[in-house]
Amino acid sequence: MTDATGSTAATANTAATSAQRRALPPVDHTPLRRRRMRAAWVQFACILISLFMALPIVLVGLSALSSRAALAEFPKSLLPSELSTETLQAFLQATGTFPAFGNSLLVGLYTVFWSLVVGAPAGYALARYAFRGKEPYQVFILLVRALPIVVLSVPLATMFLQFGVYDTVFAVTLVHTVLALPTTVLITASIFVSVPHDVEEAAQIFGCTRWQAARKVVLPLALPGLAASSIFTFVLSWNEILGATVVTLGHRTLPAQVLTSLAEASQAYRFAGGFALILPALLFIFVMRRYLVNMWGTTLR
Amino acid sequence: MRRGGPSQVSRRTFLRGAGAAGLAGLAGSGLAGCTGFATTGDGGMIFLSTQFRPVNEAEAFRSTLAKTISGVSYVTIEEGPFAGQVRSQVGSGATQMGLLGGLHGDLAPLADGYLEDVTDLLSDLSGRGFPADYVDLARSGTDRAWYIPWADASYVLAAHADALEHLPSGADAESLTYDQFLDWAIAARRANGGRPMLGLPLGPEGLFHRFTQGYLLPSFTGGQITTFRSREAVSAWQYLRELWANCNPASTTYDFMQEPLESGEVRMTWDHVVRLVEAPERDPENWRMLPAPRGEHGLGYMAVLAGLAIPKGSTDPELARDAIRALTTPRAQLDVLRSNGFFPVVDTEIPGNLPPAIQLEADAVAKQKNADDAILSLPPVGLGEREGEVSKVFQDTFRAIVLGGADIRSTLDAQARVLQGVLSELNVPCWAPDPAAERCEVG
Amino acid sequence: MRSVLRSPWLLLTPSIVLLLVLFGWPLVDGVLEAFTDEHGFTLTHWQRLFDDPYFLDALRNTLLLIVIVVPVQLVLAVAMSLLVQARPRFVSGHFYLWCIPLAISELAAGLVWLSIFDNRGYLNSLLVSLGLSEHGVQWLSYDNTATMLLTVVLAEIWRATSLVFVIVVAGVQMVPREYDEAAQVFGASFWQRLRHVTLPMLKPSLQVALILRTILALQAFAVAQALTGRDFPLLVGETYEWYVGLQNPAVASAVALVVLAISVGTAVLYLRTVRSPSEAES
Repeated sequence: MTDATGSTAATANTAATSAQRRALPPVDHTPLRRRRMRAAWVQFACILISLFMALPIVLVGLSALSSRAALAEFPKSLLPSELSTETLQAFLQATGTFPAFGNSLLVGLYTVFWSLVVGAPAGYALARYAFRGKEPYQVFILLVRALPIVVLSVPLATMFLQFGVYDTVFAVTLVHTVLALPTTVLITASIFVSVPHDVEEAAQIFGCTRWQAARKVVLPLALPGLAASSIFTFVLSWNEILGATVVTLGHRTLPAQVLTSLAEASQAYRFAGGFALILPALLFIFVMRRYLVNMWGTTLR
Repeated sequence: MRRGGPSQVSRRTFLRGAGAAGLAGLAGSGLAGCTGFATTGDGGMIFLSTQFRPVNEAEAFRSTLAKTISGVSYVTIEEGPFAGQVRSQVGSGATQMGLLGGLHGDLAPLADGYLEDVTDLLSDLSGRGFPADYVDLARSGTDRAWYIPWADASYVLAAHADALEHLPSGADAESLTYDQFLDWAIAARRANGGRPMLGLPLGPEGLFHRFTQGYLLPSFTGGQITTFRSREAVSAWQYLRELWANCNPASTTYDFMQEPLESGEVRMTWDHVVRLVEAPERDPENWRMLPAPRGEHGLGYMAVLAGLAIPKGSTDPELARDAIRALTTPRAQLDVLRSNGFFPVVDTEIPGNLPPAIQLEADAVAKQKNADDAILSLPPVGLGEREGEVSKVFQDTFRAIVLGGADIRSTLDAQARVLQGVLSELNVPCWAPDPAAERCEVG
Repeated sequence: MRSVLRSPWLLLTPSIVLLLVLFGWPLVDGVLEAFTDEHGFTLTHWQRLFDDPYFLDALRNTLLLIVIVVPVQLVLAVAMSLLVQARPRFVSGHFYLWCIPLAISELAAGLVWLSIFDNRGYLNSLLVSLGLSEHGVQWLSYDNTATMLLTVVLAEIWRATSLVFVIVVAGVQMVPREYDEAAQVFGASFWQRLRHVTLPMLKPSLQVALILRTILALQAFAVAQALTGRDFPLLVGETYEWYVGLQNPAVASAVALVVLAISVGTAVLYLRTVRSPSEAES
C-alpha cells in the first residue's frame, strides 16, 4: 500500500470503528436467559422426581427409628416424635440374621460373577452375529422369568436334593444365576450392539485376535451396560425370596430368613426389618453407579 | 477424548481381577464359601414349623424351647413352602429335618406318606389327657395317628374401653347374643360420628371364614355342612349383611387385627387369639377379651389345633420323640402359653400369674369352652389337600352375598353344589358340629 | 463353512446348558401338570380355572395394569435419561436417588406404599394435618376401584421405573453426541432431534427395556396384594393362591401357563416391531 491510500484508509477505518462503537446494538440477553430458564426447569424437574423416588425410603427410615408408641399415633408426623432403636436392635439380634446376611452377600457376589461369565458372551454373540435361531434363543432365555417360579418349586428342590447340593449357598447361586440370565443377556446384547464395529475391526487390523479385540476394546466401551446388568443381578439376588426358600433350610439368605415374616409382624418390625434389608442393596448401587455413568471418559462426580 | 486413558482401564481391570481372585479364594477356602453360614443358631436338629413366624414371636419361642430341650433348632417357614419342602425332601429320600410343627391344616394333607406313624407315641402319652376330639383330628380320617396335639388356640372378641362404653344397657359383655352384638356395633358407630368401630379380619390371609364356619353358622343353625342351605342359614347370612353395614369397609385389607387395634382404627373385633395378643400389651386395663356371642342353638366356637409330627426319614427320630415328650409336659405347655399365647392341650391348671394380655385371652377362651351351650366346631377332618376348597366356599359365599349383594338363596344353592362336589369325591364322614354320618352331605 | 470358533453357538452354549439342566425338567413337569391328572390328558383343570370367579378379573386387571404402567414408565424413563444428559447441578446425587427403588424388593415396596396409603398412613396424616380432610380418604377400600387402581399404578411406577431408567440411561450414553450436535447445527428443534436422532439410536435399549419390563410386570403381584389384598386380583397372585392356599398344583400350573403365553406373546411382538436399523438389515 502506498502512503497516501494507506493513511486515508487508516483514518477511514478509525472513523468507521468509532462510529461502529457508538452504534453497537445492545447485548441481547435473551439466549442467556433462555438457557438459564431451561437449566432452572431441568433442575426443578429433577428435584420433583428425586423427591418422588426418595421420600418413601426416607419415611421408612424415619419410621424404623421411631418407637412403637410414636408409630401408633394418628395423624403421623413427618419427623418421629420419639426416637428409639429398640425394634431395629431386636431385628438385628434375632437368631440367624447376621449369618443370613453373610449368605445373601456371598450369593449376591457369586451370582454377579457367574451371570456375567455366562451371560456376557451370550450377549456378545447376540449382538455381533446374525444367525438363524436368534429370536427363538431370546424367547428361550426369557422363559425362565416368564413362568412364576412357584410352580417349579417342588421339582427344583427335588433335583437339588438328588444332586446333594441342597441347602447350600451354591444351590442358591445356581438358581439366581439362571433367574438373572435374561436381564444379563439382553442388556449386554443391547450395549454391545451400540459399540461401533469399526473400532473392533481396527483393533483386529492392528494385530489383535478376535478375543483380544473383544477384551481390550469392546469390554471397556461396554462398561455401562455391564455395570447395569451387574446392578440388576445383585439386587435381584439380594431380594429374591421364593427360590431361596425352596432350596435352603439351615443356610438361608436374608429374605428367606426374614422377609416373609415381615408382612405378618407388627408395623414397627416391618419398618425396622424393611429398612435393614434395603440398606446393603443401596450401598451396592452407590458403589456401582460410578461405572454406570461413564459419559465418554468423564465421570460424574 | 478419553480422560485417564489406558492407565484407568488397566486399573479397573486389575481391580476386577483382584476381586475375582478374592472370590475364587473364598470359594475354595471351604465350607463357608460353598455351603454358606448356618442360620439356625446352634446347628442342632431342625424343627421346621409354620408357627410363630414374626421375629419377636420366634425369638420368644426359641428361648422357651432352649429351656425345654437342647439340641433342637427352630426354623420357621410359610405354609406353602412348608408343604413343598416336606414333599420334596421325603419324596427324594433325603429328609433334612427332624421335627415338624404346624396347624392341623398344614399337617393333615401330609399325613399318609410323608409323616411317621406316631400311634405308639400317642398311646405312651395318653396320661397327659389330650381331649378326644383332638386325638380324632390327629388321625385325619384314618385309624393311625399322624401327629401329637401340641397346643390349641381359639378365636375371641376383643374390645377397647372406647367401644365398651356403648354396650347396650342390660347386656352382659361376657355373654352377649348375636342381636346384642349387632346393637352394640350400631351404637358404637353412631357414637363415633357414623364411622364404624367394628373391624373384621377379611383380608386374604385373614381368618374370617372360620367365623362363618365355626361361630356364626353353628350358633344360628346348629351345624356347619349339613345345615348349609337351611332357612336358618339364610337368616344367618342376612344378619351378616347387617353386621357388615356397621363394619369398617377397610376390613377387606385386614389380615391381622392387632395393627388396626393398636392404631385405633378399630375398637372392637373378632380374631384369632395370637393375632390379638399384642394390642393390649401397652395398656391392658383398657382392653377386654370376651367370649363369642351366642345364637339360637348355642355358643358355636372353633378350636385351632397345632401338632407336632415326625417326617418320614427324620434326621434324628429319637431326639424328635424326646422333644415331643418334653413339649407336651404341663410345665412346657404353660411356658409356651406365657411366651407365645398358645394354650395347653394337656390336663393342667391355668395359673393366675400370666402376663396381663395373655390372662385376658385365657379367661375369654375358658369362658367360651366352658359355657353350658357351647358347640365345638372343628376344621374339616379327613379332607387332606382339599381342605382349602371348603374354606374357599365360605369365603366366596361371603364375598358374593355380603360384598356383592347377590341373592342369598341362589348363592347358597350354587355354593352348596360346589361343596357337595368336593365331599362326594372324598366320601368322608362329617365332623363336629355336624352329626357323624357315613357320608357327609350338604343339607 | 465357518469354523466352530467363528460360530456364535460356542458363546451361547453355557447359558443354554445351564437353563436346560436346571429348569428343563421342572419346566416340562410343571407344564404337563396342567394338562394331566391320574387318568391322563384332561382339560378339567382348565375348566375349573375358567369357572373360578377370580380368574377373569385377574386377567383383566393384569392386562389393564400393563397397558397403563408400561408406557408411562417408558416415557418417564426416557425423560429422566434426557434430564441426566442435560447435566444439571447435583446430577450425580439426583441420579443416585433415581436408582434407589431398584434396591427394593416387591414385598418391601408393597409394605412401604401400604404405610403411605393406609387409612392411618402418611398420606391421610398429611391430609388431616393440613385440614384438607377430616378423617382421611379410604384409598384402599374394596368398593373404590378407581383409587385402588390409582394406588397400585403409583406404587408400581415408583418401584420399577428405575429398572427402565437404568437400561435407557446406559443406552443413551452410547448415542454419539456428534449426531445430536449436527442436527442442532442444521436447525432441528428439540422434538425433532428427539424423534429423528435420539429415539432411533435408543431402539436397542428401548426394546430390551420394553421386553423386560413387560415380563416383570406380568409377574408383579406382591405390591398389589400388600395394598389391596384380594380386591384387586392379579394372575400370579392367583397362581400362588391355587398352589399354596388350595394346594392344587395343576390349576396353578394352568394359570402359570396363561402368564407364560402372554409373556412370550408380548416378547415376540416387541422383538418383531421394535427393531433397530442394524438388526433389520440382518
